[in-house]
Amino acid sequence: MSLSNIYVPYLMEIESITEEAPEVRTFRLKFKNQEEGENFNFKAGQFAEYSVMGGGESTFCIASPPTRAGYLECTFRRTGRVTNALSKLEVGDTVGLRGPYGNIFPIEEWEGKNLLYIAGGIALPPMRCVIWNTIDKREKYKDITIVYGARTVNDLVYKNELKEWEERPDINLITTVDPGGETPEWKGEVGFVPTIVDKVAPKAENTIAIVCGPPIMIKFTFPVLKKLGFADENIFTTLENRMKCGFGKCGRCNVGKYYVCKDGPVFTLSQLNNMPAEY
Amino acid sequence: MTPEKKIIDRVALDKLYESLKAAGNKMFAPVFRNEQTDFEYNPNASEISYNHIQTTQSVKNTVFPKIENLFRFESSQKGVDLLNIDFTKVPRVVVWNAHPCDAAAFSALDSVFNWDFKDEIYNSRREKLAVIGMSCIKADENCFCTSVDLNPGSVKGSDILLTPLANGTYLAEILTEQGKAIADANASLFTASNGENKEEVLAKVEKQFDHSKVTENLANGFENPFWHEFSLRCIGCGACAYVCPICTCFDIQDESKAGNGRRLRCWDSCGFGLFTLHTSGHNPREIQSQRWRQRVMHKFSYQPDRNEFIGCVGCGRCSRACPVDMNILEQLVALEKLEVAK
Amino acid sequence: MDNLRQKAKELLESKTVNLVIGYENGTNGKARAVFITDPEKTGKLIYDERCKQNLAVYLNKHEVKHYGKIAIVAPLMVMRSILVLVSECQVKKENIVALGIGEDGSLLDFPSLEVVEKYVAKIPLGNPQSDQEILDKLNAMTMEQRRAFWQNELERCFKCYACRAACPMCYCLRCTVECNQPQWISAPAHPLGNLEWHMLRTMHLTGRCVSCGDCGRACPLNIPIHLLTMQQAEEAFHMFGVRAGTSMKAESALSTYKPDDKENFIL
Ligand code: SF4
Ligand code: SF4
Ligand code: SF4
Ligand code: SF4
Ligand code: FES
Repeated sequence: MSLSNIYVPYLMEIESITEEAPEVRTFRLKFKNQEEGENFNFKAGQFAEYSVMGGGESTFCIASPPTRAGYLECTFRRTGRVTNALSKLEVGDTVGLRGPYGNIFPIEEWEGKNLLYIAGGIALPPMRCVIWNTIDKREKYKDITIVYGARTVNDLVYKNELKEWEERPDINLITTVDPGGETPEWKGEVGFVPTIVDKVAPKAENTIAIVCGPPIMIKFTFPVLKKLGFADENIFTTLENRMKCGFGKCGRCNVGKYYVCKDGPVFTLSQLNNMPAEY
Repeated sequence: MTPEKKIIDRVALDKLYESLKAAGNKMFAPVFRNEQTDFEYNPNASEISYNHIQTTQSVKNTVFPKIENLFRFESSQKGVDLLNIDFTKVPRVVVWNAHPCDAAAFSALDSVFNWDFKDEIYNSRREKLAVIGMSCIKADENCFCTSVDLNPGSVKGSDILLTPLANGTYLAEILTEQGKAIADANASLFTASNGENKEEVLAKVEKQFDHSKVTENLANGFENPFWHEFSLRCIGCGACAYVCPICTCFDIQDESKAGNGRRLRCWDSCGFGLFTLHTSGHNPREIQSQRWRQRVMHKFSYQPDRNEFIGCVGCGRCSRACPVDMNILEQLVALEKLEVAK
Repeated sequence: MDNLRQKAKELLESKTVNLVIGYENGTNGKARAVFITDPEKTGKLIYDERCKQNLAVYLNKHEVKHYGKIAIVAPLMVMRSILVLVSECQVKKENIVALGIGEDGSLLDFPSLEVVEKYVAKIPLGNPQSDQEILDKLNAMTMEQRRAFWQNELERCFKCYACRAACPMCYCLRCTVECNQPQWISAPAHPLGNLEWHMLRTMHLTGRCVSCGDCGRACPLNIPIHLLTMQQAEEAFHMFGVRAGTSMKAESALSTYKPDDKENFIL
């Protein structure tokens, strides 16, 4: 190609597909062009534009951590036009990928602290990257607690990893399902994520909280964290505004003076307090 | 470079147009057709309008057309191939007879398409663009360039700025290297200037508001009842955004048949209800007053803050195009006087 | 005009309605829509030949619906649009007070929408004469000429959707052009995408268009887009004998089946 073009994606091959939950799938992707793969650097928190040629582009985070080289993973739920097209693909098929875009979780600044991850539903994927990233550097962090909730037991994603985290003595995993979503065998908690956070009452001292989930869950989790004594600048979240370009041109993700695709998707609660609630 | 001044008469002006066209440039010039004046590619010199106040659409079409090919894709047994656009085929374009507001808009577009990520498609068009501006000797109630730091004779953005003088000739201010190259290649069409003064022929456009006051009020006016009151009339179409020389919201769409096709960029507007709609059904800007506020805030608060330009050149096109008389000037004047709690 | 202002004032004062939608003097000599909640401000209301916008478009707007009971200044096209919207369950008839405007500009007393139905029944309906004249010319052309005419017009369209936004009957939350599973028609504003969308829009308005002409007036590119739906209004009348906006009962030509419907157009 003579001149590069920021809209042209990398071509990726689907190496494997994991069915995570009803309508939720993870693709493991590898670069068709090895050189492109070697030059592709990203950090936890960043996202990409994934596409099917003819089916359009859609935004998801990169769900695998940068500490695992050689592949990228993305997890999506089949809802719109693009995710429908993606769902029809099989191992060996081609996916387009542009990125990485956006800012990062400042995990280096978090060293020496406790980490509290709180995720709801399909929002574990945006967090999985940073969770694995910090687990892969486990010695740098103190306690790691993960509170993860979904509507039903069946809707929990990354079931294998949840098991692995569960079994590790150096990770405190708390899973929960909404009331009515439990099965007779369910051993985890039952209740909405904010309620469970309240019940578990993690200590705020020297702790960073990272919250991802549907807007309603986020809205009710923040006050719980505040009550527990978390300062606004120690609460992180990712915004899921609609995006198209991913690089600050199409205007779609503009909220106040911020562009979620450039200045985000990672924001602290103190930053959110200073922008209009248009997310 | 130091600007030079020359004179060109009406007959020579047509010759300059034909000469630029003959040199292989695609000419983008205003024509009166369908009961309005609008830019077209390659009209005949005789068709060009020199007495309109404003064209319906802006010059942004030359660098940010309503549909832009981003790349093509082809599928075969072996997989998918991506075909980049052929940048060598991007045409040379001369914007002919654009008013100073339009010419000034390019710098805002340059900034949006180049902050951080460089948009090669935009830049490839922009690099092959020359702008021959035309000062305004008339204006109407919708024009407000002087309130946004421009004026009917601003040179900003033009390679050559023409000003129609009282004696029927034109003062040509040659402002850039590119403008000089055009003037030099057509040197016989120009004569020397004799200290002609353009100020006396320029349209008088009164300054209507202080834009920094508007920006200041907006910073504290997000929750003001103003937005509801002033936008009840707005029907949420895309007319204002599409005719605006600075609005650049876009959508990305695929078009294909049997695995072969193209990815496109097409105009979009923050005023449309579906613009920010999430797949989940959640919409951060659910109602029209929020979307209207976004349009004004983006231009007069967010862009000054982030990109260091005002997202408006005062061309008045949005006011003229709006089917329901949402007049931007009226609103900006009201915003300047808005009582906001600090 | 005084009667209109007086009536609007009374309605607001007595809290019969919470909002009056009418026309006021806009900028640069234009008339435009105004929304009045304060009885003292009803003096802004005007009615003259510049008042052409079909105000019924606001009845479906989220922020306007919010007001509950609404009085609306209603020349014939608005009356007819209200009847269509009621018949299609888009507005509740008990929420609307029509401030009827007669052909001579005088205020009509409409105690209920049933009276509006009776009034409309007495008026000869059809397309405005000037538009019908253009349609007659177009209809006299050969198919090729007509196609060329429309191709030339529609090619310019940049899909700002002002025509759709101006029309009271175009209230779908997701227009076919925005449905993408599957993508029925191309979204981009290229000649084919434009033709596809306008044909679909025209079909969707067949038998529902009240010939107000607002879509055409809204178009910033002066595309006479209203001629398409107006032509269909006539077609629907000739085939099914009904005109849109004459009754609050659901009998839109294309969505109602009657045993005696003509079938000769079915290929
Ligand atoms: S906002 Fe309106 S007046 Fe300002 S540049 Fe855009 S079209 Fe012109
Ligand atoms: S201000 Fe006018 S042109 Fe802009 S969206 Fe509203 S109605 Fe359309
Ligand atoms: S003329 Fe146009 S705006 Fe009026 S009802 Fe018919 S389609 Fe709608
Ligand atoms: S108003 Fe005109 S330009 Fe806009 S979508 Fe309708 S026909 Fe096209
Ligand atoms: S996604 Fe386009 S500006 Fe952010």
